[in-house]
Amino acid sequence: MVQELKFQVRESLEKNILEVEQVAMAFGGLMALINQNFRVKKGIIKAIIGPNGAGKTTLFNVITGFFPPTEGTIRFKGQAIEHLKAHDIASRGLSRTFQTVELFDNMTVLENVMVGCHTRIRSSFLATGFKLPQVKRKENKIKEKAMDILEFINLKDKFNEPADSLPLGEQKLLEIGRGLATQPDLLCLDEPVAGLNETETQVASSLIRLIREKGITVLLVEHDMKVVMDLSDEIMVLNYGEKIAEGPPEQVQNDPKVIEAYLGGED
Amino acid sequence: MLRISKLPIAIFFAIIICFPWIAKHIPAIGHYPDLMVFAGIYCLITIGLSLLMGYAGQISLCQAAFYGIGAYASGILTVRYGMNPWLCMLIGMGISALVALLVGAPSLKLKGHYLAMATLAFGIIVFIIFNEEVELTGGPDGMRGIPGLSLFGFQFDSVNKYYYLVWAFVFAAFIFTINIIQSRTGRALRAIHSSETAASAMGVNISRFKIIVFIYGAVLASLAGSLYAHYLNFINPSTFDLFVSIKLLIMIALGGMHQIWGAIIGAFLITFLSYEWLHFFGEFEIIVYGGILLLVTIFLPDGLAGIPGIIKGWFRN
Ligand SMILES: Nc1ncnc2c1ncn2[C@@H]1O[C@H](COP(=O)(O)OP(=O)(O)OP(=O)(O)O)[C@@H](O)[C@H]1O
Ligand SMILES: [Mg+2]
Repeated sequence: MVQELKFQVRESLEKNILEVEQVAMAFGGLMALINQNFRVKKGIIKAIIGPNGAGKTTLFNVITGFFPPTEGTIRFKGQAIEHLKAHDIASRGLSRTFQTVELFDNMTVLENVMVGCHTRIRSSFLATGFKLPQVKRKENKIKEKAMDILEFINLKDKFNEPADSLPLGEQKLLEIGRGLATQPDLLCLDEPVAGLNETETQVASSLIRLIREKGITVLLVEHDMKVVMDLSDEIMVLNYGEKIAEGPPEQVQNDPKVIEAYLGGED
Repeated sequence: MLRISKLPIAIFFAIIICFPWIAKHIPAIGHYPDLMVFAGIYCLITIGLSLLMGYAGQISLCQAAFYGIGAYASGILTVRYGMNPWLCMLIGMGISALVALLVGAPSLKLKGHYLAMATLAFGIIVFIIFNEEVELTGGPDGMRGIPGLSLFGFQFDSVNKYYYLVWAFVFAAFIFTINIIQSRTGRALRAIHSSETAASAMGVNISRFKIIVFIYGAVLASLAGSLYAHYLNFINPSTFDLFVSIKLLIMIALGGMHQIWGAIIGAFLITFLSYEWLHFFGEFEIIVYGGILLLVTIFLPDGLAGIPGIIKGWFRN
């Protein structure tokens, strides 16, 4: 019996990178998330969809430590994280992008990605101030790593440009690149193709696929259904803070509750 | 990429090294090295303040308090307890760091006006302590007989000797700070300034960095205070009051807080204005400061250090 239980726990640990249990989030009287229970399997792309105001961004904010949940547990790689601060969660390998671009406008493209390396290559305040030899070495390593990422997201040529001078499509890519620099095991993308044109959308989509191929699990919030259907291995649908459907794309697509939620949201 | 070029730094410090020799030969500025000692002391404080305000975006109205803690630590420990001045200097820096940690940990969680108010209140409390603890500090009359500095038998007993001592410290602080700015720490600070949300999503521990920089600024201010005390051999509370904190803010606003050079330029300018060029305004001095600050913030939001950038912009168009 105990053996069996242990086995189950271990198996779920190996299979699920994220486990959300009975999570609720209230803003005053408004329940933005109600009794959320779901798992994210390692290595997949899982989409979270739902009408405007359904609670998708709130869910990301809760998972990534920006809002402590009102109730519930969140386990990342088997460890409870719901009480941790955002920076702590990031350094454990859970990274994100933002629905409205949040780049560091006062920095270059390269520097933005270099900030992403913050938790991976460290040196202390005093060592930095006195410019000890290892600091210089580490700084070069950070730059190299950031350049590799810029190559991966195809922005290497623009490394020295101010981040806010890029067109929106590239700013979105840069945000993903900055997230990748934190070496995440799970990357949460909040509407990565919103506002992008056809070509830009394709570029972003294939990048997301490449990220999965690298073994990084992706949680994807997106309104563009074509992208969602194209990319995701699993879909979960939210409406008014509640999960109303979850499963493989074909199944969710034909779920009457989902159709109802989307059509109902329009009048 | 943020790169602070080395050439202007080299030129600047070369001029600093030659200056006493130049001043000796031009009678009209013969007393300038003395003023430059004060400018250097202010530079130490503004360098730290610039990192805190310009790079990390946190306002502090209590730098004069740390300046005072350094000065009084040196004064009290040397005069009343006969301790070694260098050791006192270090103890003062240690006390300032500790106080900055205690004050900063709760205060830096506050934003904007609230942070300003919290640091303001702390500055006033420290000022009151300097005034009231008469037995230790000598109260409003101040403290006399603080010894000068010497190192391995070498006495820093002339203006020029002290000038080089102070500017050696400024040079070290400047280089140290530049190293910080052009590193992981500096990027983290600029990230915090730009978007706290995104910075924490990148794993930057925001309150930790704010506190570190606050402590650093406090330690530099404390060092400046000790140097001041050992130079004048006399201190009294009014050197460390709220107006001085404000004056320090004016320095970096005037010089430009987003560039480390602004700290140096501002400290120089305000020192020379207040000790030399605006002397005849007397009581009205503060009005002149107000006017200057108004003009600069309206016409030069990036301060005087921003002028080269503006000129470059003209040439590009
Ligand atoms: N910080 C906040 N304070 C108060 N209410 C909030 C806050 N953030 C979100 N909400 C509310 O929570 C609900 C869910 O919002 P959320 O932004 O998560 O929706 P969403 O699914 O991301 O929508 P969209 O598709 O438009 O981005 C909304 O009613 C919103 O007004
Ligand atoms: Mg949203």
